[in-house]
Amino acid sequence: MKVYVPTPLRSYTHQKSQVEAEGHTLDELVRDLDRRYPGCRFRIIDEQDHIREHIKIFVNQEQVRTLAVSLQPSDEVQIICAISGG
Amino acid sequence: MMKKRSVSKSAHASVTVDSDSRPAKGSVVLLIGTRKGPFILHGDKSRRTWKLAPPMFIGSIVHHMAMDPRDGRTILMAARTGHLGPTIFRSTDLGKTWKEASKPPAFSKSPEGENGLVLDHNFWLSPGHPDEPDVWYAGSSPPGLFRSEDGGVTWEGVAGFNEHPMRSTWVGALGDAPPGGATLHSIMIDPRDLNHMYICLSGGGVFESMDKGADWHPLNKGLISEFLPVPDAEYGHDAHCMRLHPLLPDRLYQQNHCGIYRMDRADGAWVNIGNKLPKVVSDHSFPIVLHPRDPETVWVFPLDGSFPLGRVSPRGKPATYITRNGGKSWQRQDKGLPQTHGWFTVKRQGMTVDAHDPAGVYFGTTGGEVWGSRNEGETWTCLASHLPEIYSVEAAELAR
Repeated sequence: MKVYVPTPLRSYTHQKSQVEAEGHTLDELVRDLDRRYPGCRFRIIDEQDHIREHIKIFVNQEQVRTLAVSLQPSDEVQIICAISGG
Repeated sequence: MMKKRSVSKSAHASVTVDSDSRPAKGSVVLLIGTRKGPFILHGDKSRRTWKLAPPMFIGSIVHHMAMDPRDGRTILMAARTGHLGPTIFRSTDLGKTWKEASKPPAFSKSPEGENGLVLDHNFWLSPGHPDEPDVWYAGSSPPGLFRSEDGGVTWEGVAGFNEHPMRSTWVGALGDAPPGGATLHSIMIDPRDLNHMYICLSGGGVFESMDKGADWHPLNKGLISEFLPVPDAEYGHDAHCMRLHPLLPDRLYQQNHCGIYRMDRADGAWVNIGNKLPKVVSDHSFPIVLHPRDPETVWVFPLDGSFPLGRVSPRGKPATYITRNGGKSWQRQDKGLPQTHGWFTVKRQGMTVDAHDPAGVYFGTTGGEVWGSRNEGETWTCLASHLPEIYSVEAAELAR
């Protein structure tokens, strides 16, 4: 399925803004992303399997907050990085 | 070339130290971690001319960079990549190119339903013992200890500390942490024994392991912390920075929230040496650095420790203070530094020495200036300015 990648993560995806990854759940999808683009999972998900504070994930434009959410092959996943601070 | 050198007999095994104590003669590189990225300042052999390398990783928060003295070229960098969490980068060409650790430090996943620790930033990097050439240690916030056995590419938690049954008691609750977060720092390996380690917790105090981190015990006898309900408690002290002298490993120095201390292991207790500083100067500070060849010579950078802890140079007159007799007396060193309105703050990793003769001393300020002395602090020169807030400065020798 299509995964939108935010600018701060594109150093992991060879600067691609959109990549393909597979998974029956968001957890599987992020692990597949990490197989294809090593290192990117820990930038999105912390060691306690929580989505990082400044990362928001949307499935078909609806925000999800857990990795357990089910996915369909036709789903579109958007990873958004909220920028704040100075 | 490693040189054998005898050290004094101690409570620990009396053996020789493998350490290169020859003065360095090559050029010096300063590795500067800042709130907005890493910087590398290249000095020539005379240490008179300094040049900043092109900027890199602008926007990353860099708490520490360290060069591996065992190979003289590998640099590790503890970075917090903006909004994407903590990691470690590695360079094997003096910072020209970098590669991220494939498995950066991370706490263990907690059992379902429990709140596990989440690493906020890697704070301190220490190369391991010379007999373990690919080993590095990292200290973090929240306080955690991590070890790499492949030169910093992959990291594992040191369970002996991170899962120690007393860890949460030693570290304290989240609300007890200082504003920047509680840290594990000052990781030191006894040059005579790779199993013998020290770490410091802010707060918590000094801790020692005799078995390569499998178990730990407090080493705080003699410390007095007035902020504690029991000022001479076994743990809970706020160690700001600790150093072990490589040529006299049973001599420890510590800049503490409540003073400057020295410990000779044979004596078994910390002795306050900060009370010998002039009364107009506070013994509150963050960094403490040791002469590369003389265990009696130490520098500190006193900050205003009066309430509410201004943590700037006292009266706006920055100075280092040096002792050449293990803390029995101190001398002020301020030649070349601003004589007025110099409201410098230097963080615990922001001061360092090189291995030349005379030794070079360097510090970086939160105002983004790097100051250096080629003559052990007698005169000071500003080597770089207008950098972001400086968190750390380490001197690396490119050749002996």
